[in-house]
Amino acid sequence: MWTWFHRLASPPTFYRLADRYSPWLAVLSLLLIGYGLVGGLWLAPPDYQQGDAFRIIYVHVPAAWLSLSGYVAMAAAAAVAIIWRIKLAECVVVAIAPVGASFTALALITGMLWGKPMWGKYWVWDARLTSELVLLFLYLGVLGLNRAFEDPRAGARACGLLALVGVVNVPIVHYSVEWWNSLHQGSTVSRIGKPAIAASMLWPLLSMTFGCMAFFGWAVLRRVQNDVLLRERRSTWVAALLGERKAAGHV
Amino acid sequence: MSEFFAMGGYAAYVWSSFGVFAAVVVWNVVTPRVERTAVLRKLIEDEPQSGDRE
Repeated sequence: MWTWFHRLASPPTFYRLADRYSPWLAVLSLLLIGYGLVGGLWLAPPDYQQGDAFRIIYVHVPAAWLSLSGYVAMAAAAAVAIIWRIKLAECVVVAIAPVGASFTALALITGMLWGKPMWGKYWVWDARLTSELVLLFLYLGVLGLNRAFEDPRAGARACGLLALVGVVNVPIVHYSVEWWNSLHQGSTVSRIGKPAIAASMLWPLLSMTFGCMAFFGWAVLRRVQNDVLLRERRSTWVAALLGERKAAGHV
Repeated sequence: MSEFFAMGGYAAYVWSSFGVFAAVVVWNVVTPRVERTAVLRKLIEDEPQSGDRE
């Protein structure tokens, strides 16, 4: 287990594995999101209370779920980077921030577009909405902090600390609808085995969620690869890679 | 078909939500690709002599 972990954490091994497996993640996300879109927009019947407006759930819930689980992944990578000083984990922290920020923005915007027809307002300063906005600022904070440092290792360390401190916001977002009176509706799929949703509506939602997860992973891998290349630019494996690309006629 | 696009009167909200989703997906595909090209170009431009390699 540990030797495997160390091998994976070595930049050249990681780079090759990411090259080999990221196309599969892309195909998987394409298939799952494709089915989710057809199922959610076309096959699922309109909701008996919300009509066709409920279809926003198919982008809103996966985005919101990934905004939170992406943050947890970023904080976990930050812990690994700070405790064991593994360079690859530093790259992962910095790579998750922009992808997570984009999904958090997506969750907020689709939430506003859903709130307007259902609540009559785009925005209310309610616990769920406000804590999700704080989540966006945390992601943007990590991004900005990273740009402020010249030395990537010092930057990644500062980003890691911010990511770790910010993790307290995750349970606040998650439980906000239970802890405070909220305009936001409760969870739709929390009760495993007995969800509050019909199967024809549930399958596309699960498919969209897993598809977005695969896409998120793919996008993070591509960014980690870029960062690894830049940081390891003086190493022999990067030189060998550039040589291969030249021989193959790229660049 | 037009009924499908009308989304029971919620067309503006539903389609703009999926539009923003598409925009986020495209952004996440394009930006790392542009960055990759820039990184590779930079690496080839200031490729060190074999003497300074670690």
